Formats: sequence, C-alpha cells, structure tokens
Amino acid sequence: MDYRKKETTVVVSQEEISDGIFDLRVKTEAAGYAKPGQFVGLFPPSDGHLLMRPISICESDAESKTLRMVYRIAGDGTKLLSGLKAGDNVEMLSLLGNGFPTGEAVGKCIVLMGGGIGIPPMLGVSKSLQEENVHAFLGYRNKDTFLSEDFRKYANVHIASEDGSIGVKGNVLDALTAESEVKPEIIMACGPMPMLRAIKKYAEENQIIAYISLEERMACGVGACLGCVAKTVNKDAHSHVNNTRICTEGPVFDAREVEI
Amino acid sequence: MDTRVTIAGVEFKNPVMTASGTFGSGMEYSDFVDLNRLGAVVTKGVANVPWPGNPTPRVTETPSGMLNAIGLQNPGIDVFIERDLEFLRNYDVPVIVNVCGKSVEDYLTVVERLADTDVSMLEINVSCPNVKEGAIAFGQNKDALFDITKRIKEIAKQPVIMKLSPNVTDITEMARAAEAAGADAISLINTITGMKIDIKRRSFVLANKTGGLSGPAIRPVAVRMVYQCANAVKIPIIGMGGIASAEDALEFIMAGATAVSVGAYNFVNPYSTVEIVEGIEKYLSETGTQSVRELIGCVK
Repeated sequence: MDYRKKETTVVVSQEEISDGIFDLRVKTEAAGYAKPGQFVGLFPPSDGHLLMRPISICESDAESKTLRMVYRIAGDGTKLLSGLKAGDNVEMLSLLGNGFPTGEAVGKCIVLMGGGIGIPPMLGVSKSLQEENVHAFLGYRNKDTFLSEDFRKYANVHIASEDGSIGVKGNVLDALTAESEVKPEIIMACGPMPMLRAIKKYAEENQIIAYISLEERMACGVGACLGCVAKTVNKDAHSHVNNTRICTEGPVFDAREVEI
Repeated sequence: MDTRVTIAGVEFKNPVMTASGTFGSGMEYSDFVDLNRLGAVVTKGVANVPWPGNPTPRVTETPSGMLNAIGLQNPGIDVFIERDLEFLRNYDVPVIVNVCGKSVEDYLTVVERLADTDVSMLEINVSCPNVKEGAIAFGQNKDALFDITKRIKEIAKQPVIMKLSPNVTDITEMARAAEAAGADAISLINTITGMKIDIKRRSFVLANKTGGLSGPAIRPVAVRMVYQCANAVKIPIIGMGGIASAEDALEFIMAGATAVSVGAYNFVNPYSTVEIVEGIEKYLSETGTQSVRELIGCVK
C-alpha cells in the first residue's frame, strides 16, 4: 500500500551528530510503509520558505512509528529545520520516490556505498537486508565518521576518508579496490555526483548491476512540476524525451539507465 | 449559496482552477484531492511534439516564492490525448488544456488535434518566459498577440483563453489586443521573469539563468493587473499569481476575476485547491452572500 500525504508530524528528537549534520526523528504512521531509499519532504518552519526540502529516510521503525532523517545544513531551509526540538511540529510530505530494489540483492555479495550526506539512506538499506554478505563502504571527509557504528550492526564496514585520517585515503571506490576479497555482485549507492559517476563506470566495466540514488532541486516532489529530472538513455515514461522525473521514477535508478 | 461561474458559455461548479504547469494533468495530485471538487483542471502546457525542456537546475526557492525554468517539458499532443485526457475522463470536471508552441503553426496543430476531443476550453500559452522561441514572443507584442489569437480563433472548436504575461509595460494593451482578436477570455498573470545568483559558486542558480517567479511574492502585482484588465476589457478573466488561501482567491475575484487558479501553492499544500473552495463557501455563508458572482469586480 502506498502512503501519500502531507501531514503535521511531531519531532521525537533532534541532535547534531557531526559538524552541521543533524539526526532528526519524527513520529508518523509513514514509518510503517517506508522503503529504504525513499525520501520525505520536510517544510522549514517559516511562512516565507515555501518548498519542502527533499531528505532521504535513514531508518524507519514501524513499531515506534518513527522515521529517522540525517541531513546536512545546506542553506536557509535546512538551517531552520535544524532548530526543531523534541515536541515541535514539522510539516512533512511523504512517502516520496521508489527506494532501492533490495529484493534483487538476495543471495549476492552486496556492496553498499555511501559518500558524505549520501551515507544515511544506505543505513536503512543495510538494516533491511537479511543477508550474510553485506559490505558497507562509507566515504567521509575526515575521521568524523558519523553513523559508522550504526552500520556495524548490519554490515561489514569499510571506511575511506578524503584526508586519510581514518581508513583508506581516498573515496569509496579506493576502499573497495583495497579490499581484494570483496567481489561485489550488486552495488547500491548514494553520494555526490562524481562518486556516482565513478560507480557507474566501475559497474559497467565490471558488468555489475549498480543502483544509484540521485538528487536534484525539487519543487512538488510528486511528479507534477517536472523540476527535478535526470537524463536517461531511453525515452522516459512520462514525457518521452529522455528526461525522467527523479522524485517519481527515482531517486534510485539502474546506473545504466541514466546519463550523469 | 451558489459558487457557480460561467466563462464563454462553459459552466464551472466553483471558480477554483489549477494553474497550468503546477498540477500535471491532475493525475499527480489525485492522491491528495478529489478532482471532482475543482472548478476545472488546467493541464500542463502541451505542444505538437514532445519537448525535452531545459537543463537542471530548473527550480529554486526565493523569499515567499520560487523561480522555475522548466522549459515546458511535455510529451506532445498524441500521448497527451491518449493518456492524460483519458485519465481525466474518469472525473466530472471541466478540462482546460494549456497549449504551447514555437511557431503559429505549432499552436494551430495542437488546437486542431483537440478540436474533436471533449475538452472544455483551450488556454493559449503566449507568456512562458523560459523558452527561447515562440511562447513569450507572442505575448510581449500586441500585434503578434492579435495575429495569433485571430488565427487560433479561426480554427478552434472550443472557447479560447489567452494567457497573458506580466513582463510587459502595459498589460491592458495585451488584454485589449486579445479581446479585439476574438479571445473568449484571458488569464493572468504568468510568472514574472527573475534571476537568482549563487554567490558561493559565482554563478546562476538556474541552468537557464533566468526563471519565472511565482508564489505569494507576486500576488499584489497579479491582483493589480487583474484589476487593470478588468477595467480595460469586457471578456472574463481568470486570475492567478500566488494564491494560497480563500482570502487570496477572493481578492482576485473582487478585483474582477471570474475564476482563479492555484499554482505554486499546490507544492506547499497539495490540498490547497479544495481548501480554497471550502473557504469561499464559508465566506459566502458567513457574509450572507447569495452567489460568488456578486463579488466579481465588486471593488471599483
């Protein structure tokens, strides 16, 4: 069943878990329906800021009806969101997007890759996989490895840092190359565009299926405005013009289908 | 209490419509609102062939508003008729199709293709600021606007609404040109051309450099222009620009609009169209007003 509404949710907790990175939990029935890789639209608590901020779901807990979002302050809107305290209301549009096809990972050597603020949605993916052979490659700027301990509950964690202060110096692909015994059969990833481009290339060269989660500036979040599109190899289903809607047909795409 | 309004012989159960480009073809918002409750569904602009639109980023927020430069991405008239109009047939709601083109012939092709369909009205988009050819070129020159209106009226089987641009010196000149050429109604305002610069990247936020400003930020400009046009022409006006509430909709109606459209605010509150219908009903009953038609242009 699809969960699709705009509602007023209540903040359960919010804390800054790293410099400029916030861990927000809200109470909503949507938690019972959320798929890993889906996102929500959070509206900044301000009349002058109209549009929702698309933020990936980090984790959902159906029992406590809690959705967890971990996001970075990127501008005024997220700055306003970061001021929310337990008990405050926040307007939320959900559930948005398709999510990762975790069913395709069954029985495979699964490599999850997250870079920077692309790390949080991969936690929900790792949690949902009832598999033995799950590796999470997490790329950070430095040794401030937010969420890495959460991943250890569900996956073998491999860390890369840009400054080399922890793990392999470089990005997530450098870390994967360094782990010669990990032979990925499927990759699921979220992170900055250069990382996703490199993963797309790596997957094509090695003939591995890769699913990547894209982001773009959005307005409606529901496929009406055509603000957030990605270039596609084939004609897209909506407009038949090789520009597919990230909010609706994505944000997760088979890397072979998008031109990034 | 009577919320019905009539434009060019087409009756609408209430004056609340959707603004083109903000509501898809209705499908995308049918999870949120009962389309049967709306005065009309005005669809996303459709051209004779599919248009890919502009590069991204296409949208950005601005104070109490947003800029967009979608560039009229659309699937073209064939898919539109087969899929989108077919979907809308599930509802008892008048459909107004927004028509766009790069040349007069493009517009005429779409108008002709729609002639045999059951759509209620056509809205001609001569005011999109985000495509280089056609569109706004017709909407910023009164002679060009007169000519295209006249040619469309010669072949159109449905009543024709000309959608006007605010990006002109005197919008009443455009309203008069449309009326003189036989337009059945006008709708205004389309978005106001704007720009946002990212000072960190020292670049434009939108790939198109400029975009159309919409949302509550433009509402006073839109109300003023509706008022001016209502005093300049006799044909009905569909008013739009930053409508977020029933109070806003009533401002446009009192300024002279027969109907109103909700645009960017669908993104903020996907239930807003129906809430505005209910708010207008409440206003009528609380003020003892028999019909919403009494309010059209009541502020002189």
